[in-house]
Order: sequence, then C-alpha cells, then structure tokens
Amino acid sequence: MKRMVRAAAAAAVLSFVGGTFAAVAQENPAPAPKAAAAAAVPAEQSFRVGLVRQMPPLPPWIAPLTAPPENLGVAGAELGIRDALASGRFLKLDYKLETEVVPADGDPLPAAQKLAEAGNNYILLDVPAAQLIRIADALKGKDVLLVNVGAPDDSLRQADCRANVFHVAPNRAMLTDALAQFLMTKRWRNWFLFVGRTEGDRLYAEAVRNSAKKFGAKIVAEKVWDYGPDARATAQSEVPRATQVGEYDILVIADEQGEFGDILPYNTWLARPTAGTQGLMSLSWHPTMENWGAAQLQSRFFKQHQRMMQPLDFQMWEGIFSIASAGMKTRSSEVDKIRAQLLSPQYDLPVFKGVAASFRPWDHQLRQPILLTHATNTVTLSPQQAYLHQRTPLDTLGFDQPESRCKLD
Amino acid sequence: MTRRILLSAGLAAAGLMVMGETLPAQAQVRAFITNERDHTMSVVDLDSLKVIETIKTGRRPRGVTASPDGKLIYVAASDDNRVEVYDSKTFKLVKTLRSGPDPELFVLAPSGNPLYIANEDDNMVTVVNVENNELVAEIPVGVEPEGMGVSPDGKFLVNTSETTNMAHVIDTKTNEVIENILVDSRPRIAEFRKDGKQLWVSAEVGGTVAVIDPSNWKIIKKISFEIPGVNKDAIQPVGVRLTKDGKKAFVALGPANRVAVVDTGTLEVEKYLLVGQRVWQLAFTPDEKLLISTNGNSNDISIIDVGTEKVTKSVAVGRSPWGAVVVP
Repeated sequence: MKRMVRAAAAAAVLSFVGGTFAAVAQENPAPAPKAAAAAAVPAEQSFRVGLVRQMPPLPPWIAPLTAPPENLGVAGAELGIRDALASGRFLKLDYKLETEVVPADGDPLPAAQKLAEAGNNYILLDVPAAQLIRIADALKGKDVLLVNVGAPDDSLRQADCRANVFHVAPNRAMLTDALAQFLMTKRWRNWFLFVGRTEGDRLYAEAVRNSAKKFGAKIVAEKVWDYGPDARATAQSEVPRATQVGEYDILVIADEQGEFGDILPYNTWLARPTAGTQGLMSLSWHPTMENWGAAQLQSRFFKQHQRMMQPLDFQMWEGIFSIASAGMKTRSSEVDKIRAQLLSPQYDLPVFKGVAASFRPWDHQLRQPILLTHATNTVTLSPQQAYLHQRTPLDTLGFDQPESRCKLD
Repeated sequence: MTRRILLSAGLAAAGLMVMGETLPAQAQVRAFITNERDHTMSVVDLDSLKVIETIKTGRRPRGVTASPDGKLIYVAASDDNRVEVYDSKTFKLVKTLRSGPDPELFVLAPSGNPLYIANEDDNMVTVVNVENNELVAEIPVGVEPEGMGVSPDGKFLVNTSETTNMAHVIDTKTNEVIENILVDSRPRIAEFRKDGKQLWVSAEVGGTVAVIDPSNWKIIKKISFEIPGVNKDAIQPVGVRLTKDGKKAFVALGPANRVAVVDTGTLEVEKYLLVGQRVWQLAFTPDEKLLISTNGNSNDISIIDVGTEKVTKSVAVGRSPWGAVVVP
C-alpha cells in the first residue's frame, strides 16, 4: 500500500517535470499582442509559483477504481496557470508552476524549502496542518508567500495563524456555518450528530457544535462510529440499530475520509435526510456547479484534464488565480506588492459563485460562498439570504473579526 | 382519460390554426428573446405584448442580434457551436454559420458584415463573413471572452474577457488587439455611445460600469450603484444600452432586479426601475419608445416605457431568457 502511493507520487513528479511546462507552453502558442501604450507597460514580470502536495494516506476501503485521480488538485493549479498566462500575456506577465508531490509518509518541509531556494516566491501548500506550521515557520522572514489550499483546520485561522500564510481552502467553521444557515432556513433545527474516529472527524464535529450554537440549532443526539472499518456489507442491519436515538430532524455526519458517511442515507431507523461530510455536503466546489459562469470553468477544466473538477482542484485554481489576478493589478511580481494587493479593500477574486471572494485581513482567510450539494445537484449556496452582516454577508461564515484569536505579527 | 387526450389534441389543433392565421399578417414590431435553458426563442409582438411564436433553436441559445435591415435574426447556439440565422418574418431557419467553439455573444459590423463572435470556452474572437460563411480571422483575447461592442464607424471592436477582467480593443482593419483596458471583475458588456465618444463596459462582480474615452482608451469614470435595502453584492451590472441621442444609458443590474437610468453627461444615476429577477440583457424598440429587459430567474421580460421611465408590463417567455433584439 505504502509502496503503491510512493510509486504513484514518483510518477506524478516525473510527469510534472517532463510534462507540465511543455504542455503549458504548447497550449499557449498565441503571441502576446502588441500593446499600443507599450511605453506605459513595465518590463516583463515573472511569477514563479511552487506547489507542494503531500498525498493523504489512502483509507483501506478505497479500491483502485474508486481512488481519487492522481492529479487531484494539481490539475486545478495547471488550469490556473493556463488562465493566468492567457490573461497575463496582454500585460507581459509570465507565470510558471513547479510541483513537488510528497508521499503520505514523507516530509513536505524539504520540498517546500527546495522550491523556495529555486526562486519560487509563491508556494501553494496542500499538507496537514502540523506540516504547514513547520513550513511557515521555516520560511519566516524569507521573500515567500504561502497559500494554504488544502488544510481546513480552524486552528490555522485562530491561535496557530501565521503572517506569511494566506488560506484559500475554506476552514471547517465556514463549511459547518454554511450548512447550519441552510438547515435553519429549512427549520431543521434538531440534529443528530454522528462522528467518525479520526482527529479530523473530531474537529469537524467540534465545528458542527459551534455552528449549532451560533445559529440556534440543537444537537439532540450524538454518537461515535465504532462499528469497525468498512461496514458496507452489513450496513442494512447495523445502521438502523445505530441510529435509534429518538426524534431528530436531520442526521449530520462528521466523516472526512468517507469511512461510513455514505452508508447512512436510506439505512437510518427514521426516514431522515443526511448532511455534513456526506449527504448534503458543504464544499468549496462541485461538478454540478454551473451558474455564475461556473459552467465555463468546468468546461475549461474538462477540456484540459478529461474529468470533472473536484473541490481541491478548484481551491488550487483559486490559489493560483488569486496571485495571478493580484499581479494583473500590481503588474509586479514582488511579494510585498502582491501581499498588499491581496489585503487591499479593492481586491476581489471572481470565483464563479455570484459574488467576489476576498481575504479577511485579520486571519488571511479567503471569504467565499460555500456550496451545499448532493451527488447530482447543487442545492444552494450559503450565506443564505436572511443572514445579514454590516460588512459582507460572507463574514457570517467562519471567523468574523470579533471571534478572531489570530495575531499576525 | 381518452376523452381528455382527444380534447387537448383538439385544443392544440385549434391553437395551431390560430397560429397559422396570425402568421402571414406580420408587419408589427417584434422582439426575439433567446431562452437559454429550454433551447427556444420567443417571439413577442410588441403591440399586443403577447408571445406569438416559440421557435425551437439549437442548444443553449444566448447572444441574439438582427441584420441592419431587420430581416435576419442571428442566434448564438452555444452548445451546438454554431450561429443560426432566422427569417424575422417567417421564423424559419435560413442558414447556419460557423462560430468557433461555444459562441456566447456577438456583434455585427455596422454595415451588416462581418459578424464578430466571442468564443467563451476558447479565449478567442472569431470573425465570420455572413455572406459566404468564411472564416475571416481568429483573434486571441483573454479568458472567457463575452461582451462585444463595435464603434459606430466600425473601426474598433471591443471584447471583454470575464476572467481576465479586461476590455480588449481590436482594430477591425488588421484584426489585432491594439489596447487592453483593465476594468473591474467579470466584465460582461461593451457598448459604444452612438456618437462614438464614450465606451461603456459593465463589470458584473465588480459592481461597476467603466465609462471609457475612445480617443485614448482611458477610463473617465467608474459608475457604482447604491440601492437602499439591496445588498451591495447583489448589484451586478450586465446589459447596457444607450439611447440614440446619447443622453441616457440603461444598465441592467442582475440579481438587484433593477435597471438603472444614467445621465451620460453627468454620469450620475438618476433612478432605478424595478424589473424581474436577475435581469440580464436589454433591447430598445427601433423608435426607442420601449426598452425590454430579459429576466433570467423569473422567466419573463419587463417592458419599460422609455419616455416616462416606468415599467409597464411583464411578459412570460421561456426558461432563463438571456438575450433580446427588436425588429420593426
């Protein structure tokens, strides 16, 4: 198992070294059209973006055919670079991507350091929270801006925040707040919370409890999944017994790895809907998203990669394009200028969800709408209409300024 | 059960007969509305304000325009990758034109030829000769090209790219990009004032309309909009139309469900007209007495009386009405 992951990672690295740059170059053969006001345009600026992805351990119940695509996430970064180049060529802006894939049991820190030393001033990170902190601290004081595109941990936006890190991935509190707003809008106020056994599940459940409190829902029952791994074959007999907890409106699932969440719907004792990490899921993106120009992004992604765009692909696209679009305004690849642009009140990042995203100055979190989606339909986007805010409704999701415990130095 | 079927068949036949009788007598002003999600085009008689025909088009019809003489209607069938040309009187498909991939919006040269098409999926503007369907040029532009405006003298074509956030100015003689104007997020529409002295570019996500001076391609002013009780995020300018005398501009504000009336001299907003939901595109009648707005989420069009600046009626059309054009 471990060997397989490593082999896959190695193959991925090879293909990036050998393939990506060439592919990017081929796909953008159009020469930069001549600019009339050439004198006003500064000399060509080059943005060098690194990417570190640590492969998550594959849970035992994943079979080869259900395994996530090998280029998950990285594919979105590649599209981001292509879109950035197609836009930047009019302003003489160049964007390059260098990717390092680290196996599940590897260490992403040397990979990040290597990218930084090679001159990548911008580094996208999809690594666990503890590794992200190590990398951020090791690169502190260097001319490098880090973008967290994977880790959803609330702690990274609170006590463990770092000044050299921007967060594009939504944190758990944003996801569960988005769900809570919708459930309250539906008046499904009484929740049965079913929690998995991993640390991530525990943290997700914590976020669910906080969201319930914040928006006035009630957790009427709570259970931990301890029915052993891979209960798919016996779900029909086990889940009805496991879900006899009395009355509730909706079953909220905290199962980030997908160990049991998908076997709960239609097997519960009472006829109740499911939501959370499975059922009605709160996500940054989903293949069924098509409004607000999303269909165009989906179609560009499909053309490039022959598969649908997953949340991690989208987050990496956002990571690249947040730097790229800031660069189009600064027309400079200097980290300080980009950083100031990302934090300026004028900065906005169109994310194909109806309103622009932007960064919260107090913890560097990207505020953006969150999808509530089941397998075949995007049901709604939060914030829900009734939730108002003096600054932007987006700040009703996650940590608003008064709740922030982040101190950026 | 059987009886009900017979009855409805009878009604349908009667309906067809009525339709058949109205068809030949069409000299009245008609609006053509593309319905993005049910792949049809509604024809609305602007005297009676009734839908007189629903034409089945190619898949995902969006951009729509008319030949200068009003005889032909051009429709961008986005998912079928072609432009369809309909007779504006018989409503029959006359021919189809090449379009390049995923055509969204287009504009005809003031002379009626060529047709400039934005290929949303392909970062390109395709120029097609409408007489012989020949490809004149493919011009690389930014990501998600959308809005297309042509200067009244036909010398300049302006395309907006929604993800690149630029208005690209193209010299129609050389078909090359000569200038790129950075505007606010998700620029949707580019529209020249009839005297050619102002270019208006709406930015949907940015929430502004940039008014640009075509003599130097610099932004004169970015107009923003404020509506009491409407969230700023919901104010999303899309369609823009300017009156022939150049004095007034109308700006469709998307999910704010309003059309703004703007004085083109002072560049100040004068009033907001309440229309249907997620208002998208606008079209004047030839005499400019009426303005029509397509309302994507309420599946209708609003009829605005231009003189009194009042919304007088809404007419139900198909699913997700997108574009509109009116012919005499």
